[in-house]
Amino acid sequence: MTTGHSGFAAVDPAAVDASAVDMTAPFGSGTLPNPVTTASGCAGYGREIAKFQPLSELGSITTKTIMPYPRSGLPTPRMAETPSGMLNAIGLQGSGVEHFVETELPWLAERGARVLVSIAGERVEEFAETAQHLNGRPGVVGVEVNISCPNVDNRGLVFAANPATSYDVVSAVREVTDPALPVYAKLSPDVTSITEIAAACVKAGADGLSMINTLLGMAIDTTTLRPALAGDTGGLSGPAIRPVAVRCVYQVYAAMRAGTVPPVPILGMGGIRTGLDALEFLLAGASGVAVGTTVFNDPSAPLRVLDELRAALAVRGFAALTDAIGYAHHQGVPA
Amino acid sequence: MAHPQHIRAEILEISPAGAYGRMVLRAPGIAARVRPGHFAALAVGGPDSAMLLRRAFFIHGSDPAEETVTLVLAESGRGTRELLRGRAGDSVDLVAPLGTAFPQPAGAMTALFVGGGYGSAPLLPLAGQTVEQGGSVGFILGAAGADRLYGVDAARRLTPDVLVTTDDGSAGIKGQVTLPLAEAIKAIGAEVVYACGPMAMLAAVTGIAAAEGARVFCAVEEAMACGVGVCMSCVLPVVGEDGVSRFVRSCVEGPCFDGTRVRWSDVGTIPADLHGAAAMGVR
Repeated sequence: MTTGHSGFAAVDPAAVDASAVDMTAPFGSGTLPNPVTTASGCAGYGREIAKFQPLSELGSITTKTIMPYPRSGLPTPRMAETPSGMLNAIGLQGSGVEHFVETELPWLAERGARVLVSIAGERVEEFAETAQHLNGRPGVVGVEVNISCPNVDNRGLVFAANPATSYDVVSAVREVTDPALPVYAKLSPDVTSITEIAAACVKAGADGLSMINTLLGMAIDTTTLRPALAGDTGGLSGPAIRPVAVRCVYQVYAAMRAGTVPPVPILGMGGIRTGLDALEFLLAGASGVAVGTTVFNDPSAPLRVLDELRAALAVRGFAALTDAIGYAHHQGVPA
Repeated sequence: MAHPQHIRAEILEISPAGAYGRMVLRAPGIAARVRPGHFAALAVGGPDSAMLLRRAFFIHGSDPAEETVTLVLAESGRGTRELLRGRAGDSVDLVAPLGTAFPQPAGAMTALFVGGGYGSAPLLPLAGQTVEQGGSVGFILGAAGADRLYGVDAARRLTPDVLVTTDDGSAGIKGQVTLPLAEAIKAIGAEVVYACGPMAMLAAVTGIAAAEGARVFCAVEEAMACGVGVCMSCVLPVVGEDGVSRFVRSCVEGPCFDGTRVRWSDVGTIPADLHGAAAMGVR
């Protein structure tokens, strides 16, 4: 260091009053009490992680993706550990939307959880059909449209690979969903230009963007000489993909500042393990953050990340979370 | 499912036990909740570790008075190698107890315990409970070779009826645990068989025990990523009470299953009658 100071690392977080930071986070056209949620597929429907933290203390909980009908998912083996990450090929196992709204959602609502419901379908109409079941249900605060799950038979089914198909799904869901509920589109990083997809989703009515889903990856078992996963390929997640995720958020936020993508809140995710990781996403332009694969390592992580983020903001002199959003884009220039 | 605690647990002792490692942890608030068949999930390395997935181990023993739990670890890759490098005085990130335990013995019963390798770890405390309740027990403990056996002496302290098998004949009967199984069930009049070990062994034990008219409960050693029920990695096709087969989690609905409900030969596939198979294009 040549600047003569030792930076924020020297500040004792305990000496800073983190409780004074306003953690209210933009969400759609409204807000949530704080920015932290769980990433879809990493916290089930909340029951298991509720043993490690009160769900009502999280900004929201994002469910495992719900489809219109029961789906067994792929055979095992379904996961493989990779450096600072993992590959998964679960294949959207679930009991279907009716089971979800009758059994899982009431349980979540009773506990005061704010639920962002991840939905998917094989066709545009199936997305809309699933979304319709969520209108007027207590506990639901928004719908996340999973147009980017890599574990589907046909990569052509990854709607997020194409602006036109992304537009079709998001507009169909927006049309049938209660106008009071924000619709978020979950984007894939496996595209040539994520800003084009982002623009198509917002133009289709998306009230927010979730970024990013897993990257398509593969591992081969050198003992069996076969792919490590029964599904051959799988979604790569964990800290290994964080730089990709931060880049995607930064690019889309920059496009929003430049006016090429209409501005909506971004929910950032990809390898968040600590409060500082979460802060990185806020500085890149995210208004909220999701803790995903880290939950497998540390089931108490979502609430821990929230506490660490609050302290990290306080140490840096941010009075409100909103002051940090996109800060990396205008450092040195008045916001 | 057990109500798990997430703590940093001090390693009180870590010592070799044949080919395995025995780890004793101070686990306040956990030991009293442990039932035989519960497991523990350990994180590998510290908060910056590149190995994110927890490693799951059956709880071999628990001492509520001392607030300790004992695990048996087998070195099977980078993660377990790292864990076995721990020293007394170090701490590990522990989530326990986890999973659905074996059904507790109800009164005096006659039970046969079949362990493959360190699969004896969760069986020995259950056998101890069975004896305490006035029941009688027998063991078949098998492994690839003598150095991969675990708990033979502990089993012999509970009963003289202990058979040992090894694939290479380096100890006991040359062959697998299934070789003397039917005879052993008859010899002690076992009403129930408890088994823990590799999948193929559990499949074979289930078949033989059921044919002999004994109930059979199996603890599976399925690979897990989280151990707490959120990742959906460790699923097996299991027939439910309603007769419908589903992919269920080894870490929550298991690891202890009624062996006759697990569709062993369908593991690694999507059976056409599985709940939700149609959505996968399987008909």
